[in-house]
Amino acid sequence: MLHLPNLLGQMNFPVAPEQASNFAGEHDLIFYTLVILTIVFTALVGLAMVALAVRFRQGSKVDRSNPKHEHLGLEIGWSLPPLLLGLAVFFLGARLFIKERIPPKDAMEVFVIGKQWMWHMQHANGIRENNTLHLPVGIPVKVTLISQDVLHAFYIPEFRVQYHVVPGRYGHVWFTPTKVGRYHLFCAMYCGTQHSEMGGTVIVQEPAEFARWVQNGGDELAPMTAPQMGEQVWNRYGCGNCHVQSDTERAPTLVGIAGTARKFTDGTSAVADMAYLRESILRPWDRLTVGYRDTMPAYQGQISEEDVVNLVAYMRTMSPEKGALVAAPQGGGRPEGAKPVKERVAAVGALASEKYMDNAPPRKRNLAVGAISAQDGQGYRK
Amino acid sequence: MSSIAAPTSLPGEEPIEQKNYLNVKTTLSSWLLTGDHKRIAVLYLFSIFFFFILGSIAAGLVRYELTSPTGRIMESETYNKVFSAHGIIMIFFFLIPSIPATFGNFFLPIMVGARDLAFPRLNLASWYVYVVAGILMLTSLCLGGVDTGWTFYPPYSSMYANSQVTLTILAAFLAGFSSIMTGMNFIVTVHKMRAPGMTWFRLPLFVWAHYATAIIMILGTPVVAITLSLVLVERVLRIGIFSPELGGDPVLFQHLFWFYSHPAVYIMVLPGMGVVSELIANFSRKRIFGYEFVAFSSLAIAALGFVVWGHHMFISTQSMYQGIFFSLLSFLVAVPSAIKVFNWTATMYKGHVVLAAPMLYALGFIGLFTIGGLTGLFLSSMGTNIHLTNTYFVVAHFHYVMVGGAMMAFLGGLHYWWPKMFGRMYADNWAQVTALLSFVGFNLTFMPQFIIGWMGMPRRYHYYYFAPEFQAYHIASSLGASVLAVSLILPVFYLGHSLKYGPKAPPNPWGAHGLEWQTDSPPITSNFESIPIVTDEVYDFPEERTEPDTHLAAAATGNGKAKKGGS
Repeated sequence: MLHLPNLLGQMNFPVAPEQASNFAGEHDLIFYTLVILTIVFTALVGLAMVALAVRFRQGSKVDRSNPKHEHLGLEIGWSLPPLLLGLAVFFLGARLFIKERIPPKDAMEVFVIGKQWMWHMQHANGIRENNTLHLPVGIPVKVTLISQDVLHAFYIPEFRVQYHVVPGRYGHVWFTPTKVGRYHLFCAMYCGTQHSEMGGTVIVQEPAEFARWVQNGGDELAPMTAPQMGEQVWNRYGCGNCHVQSDTERAPTLVGIAGTARKFTDGTSAVADMAYLRESILRPWDRLTVGYRDTMPAYQGQISEEDVVNLVAYMRTMSPEKGALVAAPQGGGRPEGAKPVKERVAAVGALASEKYMDNAPPRKRNLAVGAISAQDGQGYRK
Repeated sequence: MSSIAAPTSLPGEEPIEQKNYLNVKTTLSSWLLTGDHKRIAVLYLFSIFFFFILGSIAAGLVRYELTSPTGRIMESETYNKVFSAHGIIMIFFFLIPSIPATFGNFFLPIMVGARDLAFPRLNLASWYVYVVAGILMLTSLCLGGVDTGWTFYPPYSSMYANSQVTLTILAAFLAGFSSIMTGMNFIVTVHKMRAPGMTWFRLPLFVWAHYATAIIMILGTPVVAITLSLVLVERVLRIGIFSPELGGDPVLFQHLFWFYSHPAVYIMVLPGMGVVSELIANFSRKRIFGYEFVAFSSLAIAALGFVVWGHHMFISTQSMYQGIFFSLLSFLVAVPSAIKVFNWTATMYKGHVVLAAPMLYALGFIGLFTIGGLTGLFLSSMGTNIHLTNTYFVVAHFHYVMVGGAMMAFLGGLHYWWPKMFGRMYADNWAQVTALLSFVGFNLTFMPQFIIGWMGMPRRYHYYYFAPEFQAYHIASSLGASVLAVSLILPVFYLGHSLKYGPKAPPNPWGAHGLEWQTDSPPITSNFESIPIVTDEVYDFPEERTEPDTHLAAAATGNGKAKKGGS
């Protein structure tokens, strides 16, 4: 299929998006047809204007006898080509659109929830992702879309696929990824302050690689820091169901708990160090904080030591920001030089442009990450 | 508004100079309480110029900010407010009133041979409503501005936006009423106040275009007024109309909004087409080719413009079958637009083409409008719309129509009628260079935006650090915008200079034939000494005849030659 980047791609100065879905070829055929029509008509009109303006400029000695002021045949003659060409393009466009609206019955299903300012993906097999979408190559995918707040638009330019994400009603798109790679996911409908950062990455893998990814429970392929793994544990066990941003009747908040002094119902007190945090996960009733009852289940024997280590590491990064449980982007508790906890998954840029890592993020980037995480945390609590 | 300073500063040294509409009275109240359509047009001219400057500054900030993928001087919230201000000001306070409220107000009555519009006080009221709307808009900007974009899509605008939505919507609502008043005045004037002998088919095409525009104004604007007030009802009273949280439907808003806002595109461009028809005919010294086709294509565009709104919503969860009809109808609008372009071009054949500045603007209009119109086909084709909608491709497309079309026509009209409005000639060579510069600058600005849109850059994006391949195009676009800015600043100097130092304009400096060129420059308050009796065609140029020009003298002898004999 006609594709310009192959001609100009070597210059690293792209002039067209990659073709990475079953619709891209047909779409681009209509697009380039229209480009040619546009160039031809504009050139015709432009050249005619210049030629006439020069030839019939005032004072030029040319034949001006019998000027015409109307000509029915000419009017019909120059109305018909635009009409017929227009109808042809209408037909091609409508045909492609209809194709894109009717998903095949055996399509793999993915549910996507848009909210200010993140994408939450839910695979049919239960795997959840934020701002990334893993897909196998060559298998038709049906994405069902809904928004939790304002209008968004789910847009993957390389797939030539876009649909509005509307609160209160489901929309859907379908496509078959045809090429392994990483592609942009954009929110294309203005949705408020961080609209431009509501994006992510679509990762298309070989089916075997995708199967491996599913088997690993959808873990990220890149190695994660302890707090990042801890956050997954936090979500898996639903800790955020009770431990929210401030103390409640049910449970104390864990925001900023690390290193604070705790008073217990037995009259003793201690500093909440790693050992105490571990103990409270495994045997919470041993030392209950003043004001709380033994509501929390004991996780002794339920949770691996590995998970506990990560969970504690995650707790130590929690800081009170935006009134929610947030892994503090600048906070301590993570190794020197490691990326902010949420950056890899939550922020658009990190994954979307690994090859462009030199590009400095905007000044307020960390704030943005925090805000996305805040939304994130609320999402998990629900 | 201090906008009346310039006209009153016109010198009136010559003792026996005839009083014209500018110097007949010079007090402030004579301007603020005037019923003269020409003075109201001048009031409008300076008011929209003020808002044009504001909107342009916002555009400049946006272009500067986008030269870096991580922004330069703003936070995202500020950026969103700046592009919203650009859109709202340019559309509601510049483009919609631009040509109708200035040149339409000034020349439509003169062109039909009337002493004023049908309802002079309504005309003045429309300016006051516009000014109040403008003050509301400025107030909302001073209180922090609005961040919804000019489209005010709920539920963001009604439930989530934390900015001056209420004030801004009130401003847009009021501005709409000013255009309804203007539209009513135009329709009644064209129907009831044509001079004897001014048949429908002797009307200048400028008048036809304004007639079509006026129909859209009075049929469409009330719908957007109602729609925007419903957003306010939801925002202020929490009555659910558009937000699903309250039981409403956000897609309903889009239907109502585009029912007006698509025809509003034609409110912006049809008057421009009217101006260009005048310019092409007058600077080719030739009757416009296919007069009836050009005239009726205006009405066809106005009519079809009302049934294509759904092409903004192909992927909005609107029914696919609905989309197919909207797509088909949208392709049909291309035909009357193409008819106009071809007829304008054919008019130059066997004419006497004079490439004065207004003509250069008109030719620029045709070129840019052709590109703008053809790229519209990419968006009315449903298959390509999926990929291109909400991207910079749309931004480039509508700027080609709005800026390349409406603004080029506005500048062409301004240069064409400047001698008539203010009685002074400007330096045409400066104006010619400026016209060429604006054409080059415009294409440099918006051509790169087609490419990044096609590559998938969504519109209204502040950051694009995750897709830095767009940066080269953004820089090119911003450089083009600088060239465009220069071409917009230059006229302020040479036109301003002409007010004081320009040579006095004769009544008919361009050798044109319309009724507005039969009066003095500037015209007297009542436009004509006596109401003209029209006996020939508006585009009946002396160059096309063997007999001497008859003008109005022919009327006295009843010797109208009526080459085409009207309708």
